[in-house]
Amino acid sequence: MTALGVAAAVASGERTARSVAEDYLERISEGDGGIGAFNLVLAEQALADADRVDAALGRGEPVGPLAGVPVALKDNLCTRGIPTTCSSRMLEGWRPPYSATVVDRLRAVGAVIVGKTNLDEFAMGSSTENSAFGPTRNPHDTSRVPGGSSGGSAAAVAAGFAALALGSDTGGSIRQPAALCGVVGMKPTYGRVSRYGLVAFASSLDQIGPFGATVADAAACYEAIAGHDPLDSTSIDQPPEPVGDALTDGVEGLRVGVVAELCGGGRQEAHRNGTNGSPASGVEGVAGDVLSRVQDAAGALEQAGAEVRTVSVPSAVLGLSAYYLIAPAEASSNLARYDGVRYGLRVDAANAAEMNVNTRTAGFGAEVKRRIMLGTYALSAGYYDAFYGKALRARTLMLQEFAAVYEDVDVLLCPTAPTTAFELGAKTSDPLLMYLNDVCTIPSNLTGHPAISVPFGSGDDGLPVGVQVMGPALSERLIFRVAAALERTAPGDGSTP
Amino acid sequence: MSGTPEREGTLADGWELVVGLEVHVELSTATKLFCGCANRFGDEPNTNVCPVCLGLPGSLPVVNAAAVDFAMRLGRALGCEVRPAVFARKNYFYPDMPKDYQISQYDQPTNTDGCLELPDGHVVGIERAHIEEDTGKTTHVGTGGRIHDADYALVDYNRAGVPLVEIVSRPDIRTAEQARTYVRELRAILLAIGVSDARMEEGSMRVDANVSVRPVGSNELRTRCEIKNLSSLRSLGRAIAFEADRHVDLWSGGERPRQETRHWDEAQGRTTPGRSKEDAEDYRYFQDPDLVPLAPSADQVAAIDAALPVLPAARRAGLLAAGVGAVSAEESALLVERDQDALVRAAVEVGADPGLTATRVCNDLAVDDWSKVTPDGLAALIGLETSGQITATQAKQVLAEMVEAGDDPAAIAERRGFQAMAGDDLAATVDQVIAGNPEEWQRFCSGDDAARKKLSGFFIGQVMRATRGQADGGAVNRLLRGRAELF
Repeated sequence: MTALGVAAAVASGERTARSVAEDYLERISEGDGGIGAFNLVLAEQALADADRVDAALGRGEPVGPLAGVPVALKDNLCTRGIPTTCSSRMLEGWRPPYSATVVDRLRAVGAVIVGKTNLDEFAMGSSTENSAFGPTRNPHDTSRVPGGSSGGSAAAVAAGFAALALGSDTGGSIRQPAALCGVVGMKPTYGRVSRYGLVAFASSLDQIGPFGATVADAAACYEAIAGHDPLDSTSIDQPPEPVGDALTDGVEGLRVGVVAELCGGGRQEAHRNGTNGSPASGVEGVAGDVLSRVQDAAGALEQAGAEVRTVSVPSAVLGLSAYYLIAPAEASSNLARYDGVRYGLRVDAANAAEMNVNTRTAGFGAEVKRRIMLGTYALSAGYYDAFYGKALRARTLMLQEFAAVYEDVDVLLCPTAPTTAFELGAKTSDPLLMYLNDVCTIPSNLTGHPAISVPFGSGDDGLPVGVQVMGPALSERLIFRVAAALERTAPGDGSTP
Repeated sequence: MSGTPEREGTLADGWELVVGLEVHVELSTATKLFCGCANRFGDEPNTNVCPVCLGLPGSLPVVNAAAVDFAMRLGRALGCEVRPAVFARKNYFYPDMPKDYQISQYDQPTNTDGCLELPDGHVVGIERAHIEEDTGKTTHVGTGGRIHDADYALVDYNRAGVPLVEIVSRPDIRTAEQARTYVRELRAILLAIGVSDARMEEGSMRVDANVSVRPVGSNELRTRCEIKNLSSLRSLGRAIAFEADRHVDLWSGGERPRQETRHWDEAQGRTTPGRSKEDAEDYRYFQDPDLVPLAPSADQVAAIDAALPVLPAARRAGLLAAGVGAVSAEESALLVERDQDALVRAAVEVGADPGLTATRVCNDLAVDDWSKVTPDGLAALIGLETSGQITATQAKQVLAEMVEAGDDPAAIAERRGFQAMAGDDLAATVDQVIAGNPEEWQRFCSGDDAARKKLSGFFIGQVMRATRGQADGGAVNRLLRGRAELF
């Protein structure tokens, strides 16, 4: 059942919130052993929350639009009194004294929080294999990864453990796992959703967004969490447009651009070896079956009355390099606070400086350490201009080029991830190969623009493929509408495993 | 080491002192810079804290508009240009810094290019005055109370996130005395505009001095040392004098100072080496992505300008114009600092002698509440004194009673039976005292200025004793000098 279906059933009295919660908790306890979507299942709290919804309904009180809907939270969202681990040893034993704004907002509209989901440590990764608690598996094929870093949330929705989930997206961490797990995942405009209570990875790129089994579900979840928050200085101080009522509007007359640079073919290895053809060409490594689905999607939109053309954003190919300087630079600073002094892990030593080193050595995994070192280097005296400074200039250039292309088209279309879900362990020994997963999603983080991944058919291996719809700043209403149109025309496939 | 730390203001022949000061000032806003916690000194440790100022994961800073307003007010009072500014992160690890980075301003500070004019007219340039957050406070507990031999450390985060402005002067200060005057003047401005209580002892005003020397006539800037741990104006002056001598000695001996941070050891009276430039931290500054740029509007700046009070320099100028400042720059500075300049000017306006009024108020009105002393009452008191109707000693007593009761000075003097001795009686008493101390009198007449000054004190004391304090000291002195045929 969809999240909106659950909400309607609960609101009408057809089902109690408690029975819904019990169903979902049961599915988790039966199925999550083989998936590993959850770090923590909040059975007691979920039932208590469900009872409160039922009691309110019993008294005839108005309940919110997500009343009784089971929601999973990525475990980098703070929950008051409940462990928030970021799937790191570093936050061992820490219980935040406050909840993230998005958590409060979801609960305020009646959502029932069922648990905290697994992620790549501190959201750094694309497969959820960089978790201190072990990997999450893809419900469509448990030998495959769910993508990442919000792999636990994507898998939870795909496996029916939660009707909705929240993730965070710094370079594609919502959209890529959504694509690999065959669900809808959306990254709002930077500043549209409060980051207060999201444990920071890269502050200028991080954005919280929804996962849903359908576009309408994701839209309802987005509407619940979007809006200004005085606790986040980067929060946009204007009311968000509704999106749910636009989903059936269709795409007649819309101008859709297929981004040439993000639809490049070729083998990923070619890119790594530096034999990536002419510099003007696009990113390499997008698999043929994925490209076919993107072409199918473009065709479907054209069929539905959109005007589809190929557009060029040359700087899009700079995204990956710029991202892997900017994100680690910010991370190196954001993660400095894990020093063993105030909370979380502490490995004692003779003095504070050694204790700090011992704690960080023991508490962080390899990928986190790699990025802290990368970012520290990029910001260092004498290297700032060549690395971090240059990356900022590339970011500015991308913003200008995307702004220019949105003069000619309303939305952009491209793959979400270069391939379908890959085998566990396939890329863990090669960080650069892993980083290439985000090549199509990173541009939206660098520009701050919204983007959504919607399932559209499957690859040669029968696994889900996601296509990505990107729009200019604050175009959530538009991209949800296009995504809904794609969903209506998508070939029947395994969007539920 | 040739210099004595006590000696200030003079440097070996041919050398010039070059000093720039970095002054950290805690702003006295009700709440901290990026959260709603109380900004209060002296509370129970770790009670004014929240997720934001503790840097808990997921927390975010939101800038306190009042702190920015205070900082801009300070900038304008220092004649700075107030500019659009961005917050940056200064990254380094220290247990009393919750996020292990400090939010500060780096290449785009709020205030730039101002100046501060010292009471003697010397102008010190202000390079910048930027906003940043304070750190927590670490107490090392154990054997020696010092970092390396402490058993453990306690951290109080009440101070973490308290708003600071760091005022960076240009290297325009040429003597230790000027450095102290600069800090005093800055403090006077801070108090006048009400943005800080500026107490060096409590740490709400912290001064670091960048010291170097150069040959007189040169414009070069030689290697400087940054001196920290200066907790009083006295330390500041002594440390600069010591450090300058050290530099002169090094250069004169064919060596050069190392660029380094040095700590002032008040007990030993010397600076000791700290971190050198080579092992200085790389702070990896970058714009803080959690905060948005500050963009003060022209209207905002105009409103700040309009609300600025008359600043100390202008108030001293006002005293000077009233004939008061001529007495002593020190006195006029003190009057402004104590907010008593208006009282003095008003008393002078109704006829009081400017010099005597300033002296009397400076010396004898150092009280917290002097609200009962009116300009008219003060002028009347000074009138009694200048006309010789009461003595200086009596005037002080009358003033003390005016502070308490606010009565008319003539009435107080009369009630107390105060009146100065008549001139003839006084002359007779002086002669008696001279006759009774012939040896001292001989030395008074033949000695140099210093001896005479010392002995005049002796004779005045004797006369006072003989008259039970009814004599006027000044009159006695005049009589003594007359008798010694010094006129």
